Amino acid sequence: MQGRQILQRLRDRSGGAVVDSHEHHGDATLVVERAGLIDTLRFCRDETSLDFDVLMDLTAVDYSRYPGREDGPRFEVVYHLYSITHNHRVRVKVRVDEDDPSVPTAIDLWPIANWFEREVWDMFGVRFTGHPDLRRLLLYEQFVGHPLRKDYPINRRQPLIGPTV
Amino acid sequence: MLGEGTGAGTGDPNLQIGVGPAHPAMHGIIRIQTELDGEFIRKADVEIGYLHRAFEKDCEVGGYNNAIPYTDRLNYVSPLINNFAYASAVEKLLGIEVTERCKFIRTVMAEISRVCDHLTCVGASAMELGAFTVFLYMIKAREFLWELVEDVTGARLTISYGRVGGVKADLPDGFAAKMTSAFKETREVLDEVHRLLTGNRIFMDRMVGVGILSREETIAYAITGPLLRAAGVGYDVRRAQPHWAYDRVQWEVPVQKEADNYSRYLVRMAEMEQSMRIAEQALAMLPGGPINVDFEGRPIDPAAYVDQGKQGKTEGLLLVPITLSPNLQGQNRAAWNRVNVHDKQVVLPPKENTYGSIEGLMNHFMLIMEGYGIRPPMGEAYFATEGANGELGFYVVSDGGDRPYRVRCRPPCLPPLAALHRMIEGEQIADLIPTFGSVNMIGGELDR
Repeated sequence: MQGRQILQRLRDRSGGAVVDSHEHHGDATLVVERAGLIDTLRFCRDETSLDFDVLMDLTAVDYSRYPGREDGPRFEVVYHLYSITHNHRVRVKVRVDEDDPSVPTAIDLWPIANWFEREVWDMFGVRFTGHPDLRRLLLYEQFVGHPLRKDYPINRRQPLIGPTV
Repeated sequence: MLGEGTGAGTGDPNLQIGVGPAHPAMHGIIRIQTELDGEFIRKADVEIGYLHRAFEKDCEVGGYNNAIPYTDRLNYVSPLINNFAYASAVEKLLGIEVTERCKFIRTVMAEISRVCDHLTCVGASAMELGAFTVFLYMIKAREFLWELVEDVTGARLTISYGRVGGVKADLPDGFAAKMTSAFKETREVLDEVHRLLTGNRIFMDRMVGVGILSREETIAYAITGPLLRAAGVGYDVRRAQPHWAYDRVQWEVPVQKEADNYSRYLVRMAEMEQSMRIAEQALAMLPGGPINVDFEGRPIDPAAYVDQGKQGKTEGLLLVPITLSPNLQGQNRAAWNRVNVHDKQVVLPPKENTYGSIEGLMNHFMLIMEGYGIRPPMGEAYFATEGANGELGFYVVSDGGDRPYRVRCRPPCLPPLAALHRMIEGEQIADLIPTFGSVNMIGGELDR
């Protein structure tokens, strides 16, 4: 399906939850409400004409320093979906506020979400409600802060850790 | 667990064994905490991140081209593919298209890189099963290919050859002949390895039926690349969403059905042959592109050129070719015209202009200085290509400034590692080694 048709199909299905959609640079993109996220993702996966069977990537962006979006919702969690059968892609995004940085987990839909979500928690401090094992993925337990947030300075030192006696 | 003091242990009959992080069979550094029942793995927990270097954070600090050297260090066995994938993502964001010749060069170099990667993977995992000869043969073949890469890029591993809007330099003279002989050597090695391994009883006993991950689970874990193709799904980004010159060459996507380590080995062996096919065809079709020769006459040293300019003898100076130092010769005007986008706001000017005219020098500075440089319009773009381990994607967000607002690398070997416990649980601890070898973990890419 063409990006335009995919977006049309998704808007028809979950119109109330859709905040925005665009097709910049040919990437079909849909922004949905947090409440309708899992429902939209499930529809993307299960609907035969869409059949997005691969969660290709899951990441987040901190928009707190983005021109014109300093006051809006701080984080955007980004899902890149791909369908092997139809060979098409869609990007689903959900905006979350700094006060309550949490998104429902997608583990029930795709098991790979487990590690991807752990990485987003690690790097951005966005929680995934319902995640069974939300440990840091790349950094260590004692690490303070979430480094891919824009207010984390790149040269910040972390306390040295060693074996606990 | 240890040191409880009762002498009775934890009461758990199972043995906890930690493999890694610094274990000879763990190619990068990674820790697999296993719970053993006799020889069998009951539970496994994979712990990664030992090689985390804040790639994504670092990218946000410098200009767009400053991230190129960092991408070399993602998958350090096939760095060219990372270079080109990142550059293509930024080009998508800028809305520009590289020249035809550049597309073919990217195709050729990416395929050479892929062969290097597969040689390393198959060689190293064969060595861990005792086939040391295979490792040496394959490293020998890789050496020929690396010499080829060195000829083109000037380096063997940290090549930094891709540029936003093109590549660093044109292919050197005599490249075709060198590639032909390097591929001949590689094909001989592949034949030898086929004879040594493909029907080898010991090798097959260790590989056939080991490390199976069903087709459904492979897809659910977002695994792409040789592992997915070994599970019977012929998804290859080069075929599904053709970019560069992949739609103009003839090749096949090797597919196997069994989804075990042996199938993965067969897929990789077949893919090397296909990669060489692609590279040969692409090189044969390499288009010339425009070569604007706007000067004739004797070569002149850049320093003398500048001196004459200072004395006011500027008339006709730009019409004189300049002698470039040998390491910059691939970046002269003729080569630059062939391989780079003709957009002065994106690509560094040819070296003759940089050294030979004030406009060229200003153009160069405007792209290098902090606060200037490449400025894609606000927006986001995702570009994917087939890395050696699967889909390698770059998601780049621009805020209109000269630095990327966010760069996300979708590492192709993270999903297989996330599913590794599914492949090794229930199997013997000794099977962990070939299975881990077959997923081809590359620490630099996994941990970023």
